[in-house]
Amino acid sequence: MSDYRTLTLAEVSVGDKLEPVDIDVTTGLVVCGALATRDFEPVHHDKSAALATGLPDVFMNILTSQGLMTRYATDWSGPEAVVRSIDLKLGAPNVPGMVMTMSGEVSAVDSDSGVVDINVLGENNIWGMHMQGTVQLALPREG
Amino acid sequence: MNEAEQQAFEQEIYAFVGEVVYPVTPAPDDVNESMIRHWCEVLGETNPAYLDQDWAADSARGHIIAPPAMMYVWGQEGFQVTTGRAANAQSNLVETFNRHGFTGVLGTNVKQEYFREVGVGDNIAVQMVIDNISERKMTSRGPGYFFETLATFTNRDGETVGTQRFKVLKFIPQEQPAAAASDDGKLETPTRIASVRGHDNGWWWDAVDAGKVLIQRCTSCQTLRHPPRPMCHECQSMEWDSIESTLDGEVLSFTCVRHPQVPGYPKDPICAVIRLAEGTNLVSNVVGCEFEDMAIGMKVKGVVEQVDEKTALPQFYPA
Ligand SMILES: [Zn+2]
Repeated sequence: MSDYRTLTLAEVSVGDKLEPVDIDVTTGLVVCGALATRDFEPVHHDKSAALATGLPDVFMNILTSQGLMTRYATDWSGPEAVVRSIDLKLGAPNVPGMVMTMSGEVSAVDSDSGVVDINVLGENNIWGMHMQGTVQLALPREG
Repeated sequence: MNEAEQQAFEQEIYAFVGEVVYPVTPAPDDVNESMIRHWCEVLGETNPAYLDQDWAADSARGHIIAPPAMMYVWGQEGFQVTTGRAANAQSNLVETFNRHGFTGVLGTNVKQEYFREVGVGDNIAVQMVIDNISERKMTSRGPGYFFETLATFTNRDGETVGTQRFKVLKFIPQEQPAAAASDDGKLETPTRIASVRGHDNGWWWDAVDAGKVLIQRCTSCQTLRHPPRPMCHECQSMEWDSIESTLDGEVLSFTCVRHPQVPGYPKDPICAVIRLAEGTNLVSNVVGCEFEDMAIGMKVKGVVEQVDEKTALPQFYPA
């Protein structure tokens, strides 16, 4: 029935690249992402609170960044993939007006466990690395 | 802080290791379709595993699941945090750091592991402890300590569905370049580092701005030289003029500058020493060519290009 395909383990190899995706970091995405993740810390919705920390505007909360990165991985894999972990090093803030480009590459395929490691990078066009690390997905063996 | 003071301070902070930040606390909301859908709407998430009951019923899971990245969302404290959070072991630890000058704070790493998927109707409880605190480290931000909280998430049956490790650096802030926003509030797009233009080389850069690469020539002995300087290395004459390069060249040596990535510069730029047809060398970029396809001796042709809003530079292409 499904229009959705999920990559099988056999279809994935180390070195496979994920198509890069650009995310427009808007005030809407920052503020609404904070609310959708129930993160009411003022720095994510109140510009004056963000200015007081030395940043020029409200900035994206970590839960939104994690959500965008897992979405990026499963948009590539398809919906039957099971997310096992997301391990991120945090870098420069994402502030409205920036564009964050996400890119990724398969760095390991474990045929015993069915888990693939994807090295991922989210980089904004102003300050560079916003988040970088690994998403692990378990893929089905057969489609 | 002398050695004895540091020891006393470290004794104070290391006592926090193992302290409970939150005891096991059930989420105020059970896992529910509305919150999942609202989250997906903002995140641009279209995964039918979270959103499409019909699809999910026929999938290997048989039902929709919550996005794994929502694991921490269910137990969030809510709107009350806009007016401050109740004191707990973590805020007490942070306060201890602050009192001793470690006022800087930076989240450096976050790792979530997921052991079980979570379906609608379940309830996720969270427990958090201070898991470890590093020894004193000298970081690029200043001297400091990393502390890590460990949150453990359990379902209604008491099974662990996942964990989150969050690492935070508390440091003594050093002078940092201020985050830049221009007067109109727009973010400034970084440009390349401006060339330093002095009495002896300003003319060369001014010519690049006008679209030309010049080569300095001694008017006594006709020897060409680059980079620009006041005196001929052959005859010590200080009289000179210049010729315009055709920018036909050959790669003498090259590298790819992968790390660190510098704001305002392209990713992984190829930098090369190019022997110009006139005989002098020029350090520049090779563009329009993959690093793997670069070779010493390859012929290149340059053109002066506007590489960003403020900067003109010669750029070389495979000839
Ligand atoms: Zn001379």
